[in-house]
Amino acid sequence: MDIQSFTKLSDTQWRIEPRGAMRVPAVIFASEPLLRELDDKVVEQAMNVASLPGIVEAAYVMPDGHWGYGFPIGGVAAFDAEAGGVVSGGGVGFDISCGVRTLHTGLDRAAILQVQESLAEALYYRIPVGVGSTGGVHLDRRGMDAMLKGGARWAVEQGYGKQEDLARIEEHGCMAGADPSKVSDHAKKRQQDEMGTLGSGNHYLEVQEVVEVYAPEIAAAFDIALGDIKVSIHCGSRGLGHQIGTEYLKRMVIAAPQHGIRLPDRELACAPIDSALGRDYLGAMRAGINCALANRQIITHLARKVFAELFGAELSLLYDVSHNTCKVEEHVVAGHRRRLHVHRKGATRAFGPGHPELPEDLRPAGQPVLIGGTMGTASYILSGTAEGMGLAFASACHGAGRAMSRHAATRRWQGRAVQNELAERGILIRSPSPRGIAEEAPGAYKDVSEVVEAADRAGLARRIARLEPLVCIKG
Amino acid sequence: MIGQTPRWEHFEHRADIGVAGYGRTAAEALEQAALALTAILCDPATVAASERVEIQCEAPDLELLLVDWLNALIYEMATRHLLFSRFRVQLDGGRLQGEAWGEPVDRARHQPAVEVKGATYTGLEAGQRPDGTWFARCVVDV
Repeated sequence: MDIQSFTKLSDTQWRIEPRGAMRVPAVIFASEPLLRELDDKVVEQAMNVASLPGIVEAAYVMPDGHWGYGFPIGGVAAFDAEAGGVVSGGGVGFDISCGVRTLHTGLDRAAILQVQESLAEALYYRIPVGVGSTGGVHLDRRGMDAMLKGGARWAVEQGYGKQEDLARIEEHGCMAGADPSKVSDHAKKRQQDEMGTLGSGNHYLEVQEVVEVYAPEIAAAFDIALGDIKVSIHCGSRGLGHQIGTEYLKRMVIAAPQHGIRLPDRELACAPIDSALGRDYLGAMRAGINCALANRQIITHLARKVFAELFGAELSLLYDVSHNTCKVEEHVVAGHRRRLHVHRKGATRAFGPGHPELPEDLRPAGQPVLIGGTMGTASYILSGTAEGMGLAFASACHGAGRAMSRHAATRRWQGRAVQNELAERGILIRSPSPRGIAEEAPGAYKDVSEVVEAADRAGLARRIARLEPLVCIKG
Repeated sequence: MIGQTPRWEHFEHRADIGVAGYGRTAAEALEQAALALTAILCDPATVAASERVEIQCEAPDLELLLVDWLNALIYEMATRHLLFSRFRVQLDGGRLQGEAWGEPVDRARHQPAVEVKGATYTGLEAGQRPDGTWFARCVVDV
């Protein structure tokens, strides 16, 4: 990327001034080395987003930004319904409400190492993972609609988890405004065998050790200490979300001319928030969010069983974040409080201290921001900051971001070799697919530490702790 | 010469992967693109063509029809737990009448690498080249 085309606002903030059809600037958060590595396509996509109707302030790209479809991955954009703003299926993505949750185990490294192999086997046996895997929860029509309305709250009512989990989930475990009648029968059918499954690709369940703590005070508020063992789950709304994305994207592409919207890229497919199609999509997408929350809740239940049996341990929830969403939030823009539809595609909400949405016991510290890493590197826990509230609508990065295509990765690595190499380093991988492991090799990703450091330096979120995997169940 | 041999390939996309099909007719290009889709999951040569599924789609142009066709296949694979290795497409204006043959996923034998979430409008192109070859390509989200 030629950095001459940017206005440098700070060491970590770079702006492209509006030109052509752009209504607002595009702003990229990245260190200079990350910016130099950035694909030209990411900038092109951010500029396209900046041209959509009703966009407010700027089209933002997080430090893990990479080429998506329509919106860049790591993209944040807010729209005002009153200013003709749009909601975009491409701005949320196919895996609606894909996200990360992290659980406390109360265990230490020594406890895990004693049974590391059997723990890996038990988790791999219990948690459905990979292509063609099916879950143990099958829902009839009424059950499906109740799940789509109720999210994790529904799951807890069904016996998957505890009431106190809900406070530690965005939206308190249940996304309001979900409309199951706007979710097609096809989408529901695609979900019928997939409740409580991890999926494949970059989705995982990991047992991780806290290896570094950067901010002890906030870490303590999050109940994180050096040497702690945590469990992190990364997955989304499975087939249901993918099908909602597919169907509404098509409807939005076809309806764009009727709404007077000229799409610079069909994948930016969108509809006015204040239109029948916009409202239908929001109702369906929110049902998709609930599906993801219920799914992670069921997987949590399965993981809890394993830890109860092997250790007599009880897992409690640190937090659950979603990084593919569109949510209605209030933000102060140029001194005025405005109600905006904030799209985060591969970006994590990061509310600062005192935000009313946060549970009381976490409110003074800010929101935990959970950043997934790769199998061989590290994951991070960050916290939302007061400064970040005014930077990119309270958003931060979501992961490492791919640096290499899946093909390039399989040419370079072999699944078994990657697995053996990681085992020698004390990280046990269990996966049904050697090729999947090669495609997800740690080297195929950007350096997550550099991404997180850039997010921290930019003030988007503060770095709290670094976690390294001991066991990884991978799709 | 390319125009004589139906074939498929993958093309690079940083986060995901692109599928491309080439053929003597538009229908053949769509069949080949479907093979490229299967090849994201596993080697199509390992998949027996023992079960048949019928697929119909409708879209205003060939590009949108390609996305619809691939998405219909993704749906059938996901809900029937099948992999496909043989395809037949007939086109009639904006209508596609398709057939796909395959078998249930066998995780030990097929070793499927990754699920496909959906076909996208990114890198989407379909049409006829000056040499007469038909092509159909797009990025799919995995």
